[in-house]
Amino acid sequence: MTLLDPNIPDGPIDSKWRTWLDQHSLVGPRNRAGKNVIVIGTGLAGSSAAASLGAQGFKVKSFCFQDTPRRAHSIAAQGGINAAKDYANEGDSIHRLFYDTIKGGDFRSREANVWRLAELSANIIDQAVAQGVPFNREYGGSLATRSFGGVLVQRTFYTRGQTGQQLLLGAYSALEHQVAAGNVTVYNRHEMQDVVVIDGEARGVIVRNLITGEIERHAADAVVLASGGYTNVYYLSTNAMGSNVTATWRAHKRGAYFANPCYTQIHPTCIPQTGEYQSKLTLMSESLRNDGRIWVPRKGGDDRPPAEIPDAERYYYLEERYPAFGNLAPRDIASRAAKVVCDDGLGVGGTGRGVFLDFRDAIADQGKDAIERKYGNLFEMYHRITGDDPYETPMMIYPAPHYAMGGLWVDYELQTTIPGLFAIGEANFSDHGANRLGASALMQCLADGYFIAPHTVTNHLAKNHDPVSTSDSAFDQVENDVRGHIQELMDVGGSTSAQAFHREMGHVMLDKCGMSRTAEGLDEALTEVRRIKGEFWSDLRVDPGDEEFNQSLEYANRVSDFFELAELMIQDARRREESCGGHFREEHQTEDGEALRDDDHFAKVTAWEYGGESPVPHDEGLTYNEVKLATRSYK
Amino acid sequence: MKFTLEIWRQFEDSEEGRFETFKVDGINPDASFLEMLDQLNERLSHEKKRTIAFDSDCREGICGACSLVIDGTPHGPQQVTSCQTYMRDFIDGQTIKVEPFRANTFPVIRDLAVDRGALDRVIQAGGYISTTTGPQPEPNSMPVSPEIQERAMDAAICIGCGACVAACPNGAAMLFTGAKVTHLNILPQGQPERESRVIGMVEQMDQEGFGGCTNYGECSRVCPQEISIDVIGMLNREYRKAKMSKKPKPDRAMTTQ
Ligand SMILES: Cc1cc2nc3c(=O)[nH]c(=O)nc-3n(C[C@H](O)[C@H](O)[C@H](O)COP(=O)(O)OP(=O)(O)OC[C@H]3O[C@@H](n4cnc5c(N)ncnc54)[C@H](O)[C@@H]3O)c2cc1C
Ligand code: SF4
Ligand code: FES
Repeated sequence: MTLLDPNIPDGPIDSKWRTWLDQHSLVGPRNRAGKNVIVIGTGLAGSSAAASLGAQGFKVKSFCFQDTPRRAHSIAAQGGINAAKDYANEGDSIHRLFYDTIKGGDFRSREANVWRLAELSANIIDQAVAQGVPFNREYGGSLATRSFGGVLVQRTFYTRGQTGQQLLLGAYSALEHQVAAGNVTVYNRHEMQDVVVIDGEARGVIVRNLITGEIERHAADAVVLASGGYTNVYYLSTNAMGSNVTATWRAHKRGAYFANPCYTQIHPTCIPQTGEYQSKLTLMSESLRNDGRIWVPRKGGDDRPPAEIPDAERYYYLEERYPAFGNLAPRDIASRAAKVVCDDGLGVGGTGRGVFLDFRDAIADQGKDAIERKYGNLFEMYHRITGDDPYETPMMIYPAPHYAMGGLWVDYELQTTIPGLFAIGEANFSDHGANRLGASALMQCLADGYFIAPHTVTNHLAKNHDPVSTSDSAFDQVENDVRGHIQELMDVGGSTSAQAFHREMGHVMLDKCGMSRTAEGLDEALTEVRRIKGEFWSDLRVDPGDEEFNQSLEYANRVSDFFELAELMIQDARRREESCGGHFREEHQTEDGEALRDDDHFAKVTAWEYGGESPVPHDEGLTYNEVKLATRSYK
Repeated sequence: MKFTLEIWRQFEDSEEGRFETFKVDGINPDASFLEMLDQLNERLSHEKKRTIAFDSDCREGICGACSLVIDGTPHGPQQVTSCQTYMRDFIDGQTIKVEPFRANTFPVIRDLAVDRGALDRVIQAGGYISTTTGPQPEPNSMPVSPEIQERAMDAAICIGCGACVAACPNGAAMLFTGAKVTHLNILPQGQPERESRVIGMVEQMDQEGFGGCTNYGECSRVCPQEISIDVIGMLNREYRKAKMSKKPKPDRAMTTQ
């Protein structure tokens, strides 16, 4: 085990980034067109990075597996994006956003990175407005803000309930602008299969053209992974169907360390599952918790219509247990609280796995119109999916896997342990520690993509690189490996779809490596995941024809990586003998059931080196100079 | 519930397609249309038959990937995306016809999956504000009234699915393009490129082979985002004004360098 160095610049925290910017190496405008950058992913992180690098004059190739960059999963983000602009005149500041994020992450993130994130947050809003992102406005025409879970100020900017969509369309338009300018080439329906490392540096990728099945080689001077999160390891999640871990996992197998894989976020407000056939879970934005009140009947099995249950017989459990934050308690806490009341038999709905999110009082106070203006499209979406009208009857919600705090380990420059390979957005292990606060993923993706990676990648490009050609023997070798893996999948010749195996594994992961974990459960999970993986490799069926459009092959290829990731997540969760944020080990809790951290042993990042069934952990110590390590309290 | 499905099968664009009939049974009324197809595909895998290709990603009506013509209507009977169409919207035992979005600008890739790259190229021709990353003005120094913001947003919510094109007898992309032009051309940020934007995008539509608008209104009737047909009026007005304007039109390729 080695200690990892995040390469944080010296100096006071509020001038570290400035110092870094003043000192990094540059590439002259004339030389930029000769430098090639590959960006994998066109979500908020990837689109913004590719557009910014393109505008600087570098030659950028941008890849996504969807049929157009605009469909990246970021499009689905609903609630909003944080920025420390203090428009609401509440005394908000960079320091407060920084502190809230560190505390929200349960003191498991890196101070210098989080500070930089908070510092850049305001620029993101300015950038988006300049692109024409139609943020909600107040009557006077100034930007509107609202509050989100885990904080006491209104610093969240939004475009109705479609903030991710509008921010992504802004970044996408910037990307297409650079395509028109000839600086960026977009490769739609292309999936990265592997990264090519030459002399210890990332120099290219192998991709599969999903329409023709061709395996292609692309060389570059730097590779940026912006391939999103891995929560689909749970099968049912709020992520898009195609969201996957392949890009980061294959990079991991080539030498990039994978940090904190066990930190996953289970989002408190999702529409409960209704049946086995279900392919994904739908999030109801957390912004709803601003006006909706969460409760369950005090008596188990109370099946009166919710409107008929008098207030005295309702258990507003978040308001009672966390009076200061109430319904706006952070996600990990709100989710676990929902699980606890349902475990206690108070849950509602057909499966007993649901709680009410009730707008009765908000509608009475503010009027139906006001509520409709704020949440109209969310209410409609809920109505469409469940057939129930939330203006008339409370919504029913339950936690669902949503976000991956873990990801590729990166240093201050967002560079992985493979020089020249960067990871940005949800793909890195980033700034959210053990729990992410609402509206801060969009912020992080865009800070990484617009304002950090363009400079740190430049710094790498400024070093002299020997030209590399795709006929280099390293490309031969990696391409062979990729072809070999695909052939293995094709050759299994069984009769069960990848989806069926995925579902079975996801079930185990949610049950034993989800909202609540135990040593015993994790050990069982490892055995079960390995068993299912074995069955996958002996009974998988994919459609014939790897050199053509083959969606069953795409899916199987992704699931094969999820199995390996699942094993690492379990091992990471097993090793972290404490509870923090989204990682709750039942052995480590306070008397009233709150997470019990062990700062003496675990105030650190665990970054795993690939080692098949026996991965090797490395640590990065976390030191806190600006904040005092404290027990997180939202009471 | 049970259904008879007549599903379009086509190996690739150059090959002729045909309908193939499948029966499905034991379908939960709360399953979405795509989940019903998933179930059919799982069965086909078991039977070692080739599965049915179709696009989807978010499965919550926002990414615009799903693109089925269900019983003759793009996205189906409910004016929501294909992925938000639920089996409870159909009658038990019914026969349902499933086809890809059809337009000569959307070549079939396989079965129900098509190539809608032409829409990206229309955006490349001007569907953006030419700004690059860097310091920007303080947003509150340029107030935008909530009415303008709402109108811009009503247009900006287009998901780029292309149902409007598939529904139009002329295969026009006027609703899609009109939505983007409306979004950007009514905002203060969009003013400097107001004319070059609309000219660039309209010319690209023509080049791609999208048809012209003859006021059928089918586009707006199938649009899952309920984009108003008014955006087409706006597009036509903006285009006419831009064409008549005496202002010099900068060459887009030059301004974007
Ligand atoms: C329903 C929902 C609502 C949310 N709401 C909010 C919110 O209100 N506020 C907030 O801050 N956060 C929110 N989040 C979280 C946030 O949306 C995500 O964390 C963020 O959008 C991730 O962006 P990204 O750019 O890292 O990756 P993504 O947007 O996931 O994009 C990944 C990209 O990588 C590409 N890709 C992946 N693998 C490969 C490969 N092998 N080869 C080629 N390309 C590949 C994909 O095609 C895609 O373009 C929400 C998330 C969900 C699921
Ligand atoms: S205008 Fe409507 S139908 Fe056309 S692409 Fe946009 S959302 Fe789809
Ligand atoms: S799958 Fe995204 S809109 Fe239907």
